[in-house]
Order: sequence, then C-alpha cells, then structure tokens
Amino acid sequence: MTAPVKPVKGRPAVSDRARAETRLGQKLVAPAIVLMLLVTAFPMLRALYLSTFDYALTAPDERDFVGISNYLTALTDPLFWQTTGVTVLYMVVTVAVELVIGFAFAMVMHRVIFARGVIRTSILIPYGIITVVSGFAWQFAFSFQNGFVNGWLPFVGDDFNWFGQTGSAVVAIMVSEIWKTTPFMSLLLLAGLAQVSEDMIEAAKVDGATWTQRLTKVILPNMRAAIMVAVLFRALDAYRIFDNIFVMTAGAVKTESISFLTYRQTIEQFQLGMGSALSVLLFLSVLVVAFAIVKLFRVDLAQARQES
Amino acid sequence: MKNRIGLVVGCLLIMVWCLLPVAWIISLSFKSQTAITNGSPGFFPADGEGAGWSNYRDVLDNDQFLLAIRNSIGISLIATVLSVVVATLAAYAIARLEFRGKKAVLTIALAIAMFPVVSLVGPLFDMWRAVGLYDTWPGLIIPYMSFTLPLAIWTLSAFFREIPWEMEQAAQVDGATSWQAFRKVIVPLAAPGVFTAAILTFFFAWNDFVFGISLTSTESARPIPASLSFFVGSDPFNRPASLLAAGAVIATIPIVVIVLIFQRKIVAGLTSGAVKG
Repeated sequence: MTAPVKPVKGRPAVSDRARAETRLGQKLVAPAIVLMLLVTAFPMLRALYLSTFDYALTAPDERDFVGISNYLTALTDPLFWQTTGVTVLYMVVTVAVELVIGFAFAMVMHRVIFARGVIRTSILIPYGIITVVSGFAWQFAFSFQNGFVNGWLPFVGDDFNWFGQTGSAVVAIMVSEIWKTTPFMSLLLLAGLAQVSEDMIEAAKVDGATWTQRLTKVILPNMRAAIMVAVLFRALDAYRIFDNIFVMTAGAVKTESISFLTYRQTIEQFQLGMGSALSVLLFLSVLVVAFAIVKLFRVDLAQARQES
Repeated sequence: MKNRIGLVVGCLLIMVWCLLPVAWIISLSFKSQTAITNGSPGFFPADGEGAGWSNYRDVLDNDQFLLAIRNSIGISLIATVLSVVVATLAAYAIARLEFRGKKAVLTIALAIAMFPVVSLVGPLFDMWRAVGLYDTWPGLIIPYMSFTLPLAIWTLSAFFREIPWEMEQAAQVDGATSWQAFRKVIVPLAAPGVFTAAILTFFFAWNDFVFGISLTSTESARPIPASLSFFVGSDPFNRPASLLAAGAVIATIPIVVIVLIFQRKIVAGLTSGAVKG
C-alpha cells in the first residue's frame, strides 16, 4: 500500500517557508531570551546607572549624582586591588592544580574497565555537594579545635590556626575549591580524551614514542579544544569565588575576593551606588579574563564548540 | 601488570579524594558538641553525651531548618520545571530550524553562563524590593531560571541534534498527523535529554548561595545553603559544628540520591553540554 505523498508544506514560494521558519524559530527562543535578559542585561544597565550616584539604602533621600567618582574611589582604593589580586591568585592556582589532578583522574577513568560505575558515581559526589557544605566540611577539617588536618600533617603543630593568617587561610579556601570542582574539570577532560583516536596513539607507540612523547605530541594537542573549554569555564567560575570564602573566613585576614567585596558593599552595607560601581568593575574584569583566556589558547570558541 | 596496579592505585586515590571530606562531615555529625569544643581532633566519632543520632534529632526539631528545606525543594523544583520547558522550546528551534538570530541566542547564553552572579545582586535587590519580589519564592525562581537556561539550552540542543528527525517525516508519510508524529516518535527520543537537563538545572538551583543570601531576609523563602550559613545556635561565637554537620548531611542526601540513580546521564549531560555543544 502506498501512502499518498501529501504536498505538505507547499512547494512554491521557498522564501515564504523560510520566513515562516524564521518566525517560528524566533517565537520558540523568545521566552528564553527574555528571561535571560530580564535578569542580566536589565539589572546590569541599572547597575551602570546606579553606580553614578552616592546612594545608600539607609538614606534613600540623600541620593546624589556623583558621576564617575565611585569608580575613582574604588580604583584608587588599595582594598579593591588587594581583593582583585587575591581573586586572581585563587583563580590561577586552583585552575592550574585542577588541570593537573583532573587530567590524572581523567586518564585513570579513561583506562579503567572494572568498577567504572562506582568511580563515576564517586566523582560526581563532590560536584553535586552544595559549595557551602563543602566549605563547612573543610573549615571544620582545618580547624585546630575539631579538625583532623593538623593531626595528619606532620609539619604543622597541633594548635596551628589555619585561619589566623592570610597565607594558610587562602590555602584552606583553595583546598575546598579544588576538592569541589576538580570532578567537573576531569569529566570535561575525560570527554576530550575519548575523542582522541586510539589508532593515533597506537601508531605512535609502534613508532617507538615514549609515554611522555605520546602524551605531549599526540594526546594533548588533540585535546586542545576540550582543555580550552574546561579551563575557560573553570577560570571564570573560580574568578567568581564567593560561597566558600563566606563560610570559611567571612573575608577575614585578607581572604576576601572581589565578589565578596561587592556583596559586602551592596547587601551588608547598603551602599547601592558604590556596590553598583564594583559590580560593573567585576563584570568588566570577568570580560578581560575571558578575553585573555580565549586569546591565550588562540581557539575560536564558537568553532571549538562545533568541531570538538 | 604494572599498569594494572597503577590503575587500581589511581582508582583508590580518586575514591579517597571524593569521599574523604564526605566521610568526615558524616563522622562530625555523629559527634557530641562537648567532645568537639573540648578539642578532639580524631577522625571518627567518640562516645559521650549527645553523640549518635541526637544532632539529627535536634536539626529535625528545628523549624528554621525545616522551612529552609521546604523552600529549597519547592523553589528548585519549580525553577527546574519552568527552565527546562523554556529551554526545550529554544533548543528545539536551535537544533531543528534555520532562523535569523540563532547565533545571537547561543552567544547570549554563553555570555550569561560566564556572568559574575554577584554583579547582579545589588540591582536585583533594589528592583525586587520595588516590585515586591524580595524575600518571595518567585524572587528566587526567576534568577535561577535565567541562570540555568544556558546550561539547559546547550545540553538539550546538543542532545536534540543527535535525534534522527527524518523519522518524524517518515511517520507522517505513513499517515500520522504531525502532532502524532511528534508525540509518538520525537518525544520518547527526546525525553532522556530533557531529563538530563532537568537534573543539572536542579543541581544548580539547589547549590545556589549568592541569590539565596541576598534576595531573602526571612524563613519565608530562604533556601537551605543560606540557612546553613546563618545558623548560629546558642553560642554565636562558636558555631555548633556537629549540628551544622548534621544539617549539611541532610541537605546533601537528595543530591547523593540523584547522583546514585542517574550518574550515567549526568556525565553525558555535563560533557555534551560543555564539549560537544
């Protein structure tokens, strides 16, 4: 039995059909676009506007237009540069460490045949756990009062206070960040590894390439796009670091990140004008970081997403 | 042989890495408050007054905590459902149709995924107070939706691209109406992808902290991460570590259950959304 071939969507007027398709497509994406812009673009413009005022929520009637003076104050304040420096430090160290550990984990997961499910389930647990909870877990672990870290590390005393000075407090915060987000990095790298052809690795092996040579000449270059995506995502994520700092030190002993400073100005001190200026600066610095990473890897992101 | 031992050691290292802090917070939740303040840097819980399940009993007797759990479940579920519906429409259009502005949608989504959340908290705080959304469920659901949309759109459109759409036409040729063809052929194929996007969206909403502490002020909307961080107990200068640990364990249970059941889907979703895109 032959089904009648319906002249479904009319043969003539291809442009009509294309136009209808465009209209349908735009209609379908409209709700998503409106929602995303409602919560980002509009507030961002509002932040830009508010940042030109000396505006504290505690004294809403004394709102004065001050032009760019909030920005000048922020940019000349050592606190702003100190928090930016700490934030960059968090970002660089955690991403570098995660890249190495995450890659090692990905290699193991790629090769392992037995217990695959168990390993994958355990690696998802840190990813799934609330950042605040992991912050607490590590804060208590590093605490000299009720933690175990001092007892397990031979080179620190039993009553060493990790949160007493900047250096060790920053290390503790980084440990919690690294623990929580390495799984994400290693899963992305695992997906990248899966796309490197086994034949090429075998061929290199037959040609007598050592393990290091295979890694640096075959595996890594072929994973460049995956590595870039992983680094970009994690770096921007790390630049926004906030939750674990809030829980572990509440910004004490100069562990405050730029996000934390912005939050403190806006929500805790009700300085909407100054807070908005900091919001804009934070946004701009994220753009700089994103741009720098994309430039550094010299990979077109849109292209990488399609090809890899 | 040497390789094999290396792999086993590697696996063990991964397991220790992932589970040690979890074991630690569980152990802490079974310790007594006095044992902790007296300074007992042991890993495993010791006996003593208030050790065992009593922390859990105290947490579950705490209204503040119960309300926060209720808020978190309600807000995260609603945000997840709405966000996935909206993302499905968008992802279908992106995977299936040719239309102007398609690139722009993907670029906007990418930009929003990178957005520093804290930047928006000030203006949103101000706006939400003006329109009466401050400290309400919708006041959190809307930001959660817009921040989970990028991930959901990517995951879904990567997934939809793999669906053999010709099957829909084939069914139509065989006499099905286009709605029937869509429902009987495409929906069952798309369902796993939609589900994966839902899980990832739920993770995001459940984990959020910045919006949770900034856009709420009372128990009427405060979600569990914010509530945990503000939980001080009887002595404001010494956080009740064991109580907090018990609360943290309870807040983690839903996530662990989801991970245990759906680990394969989560891995597929995370990697297809971010790498294959």
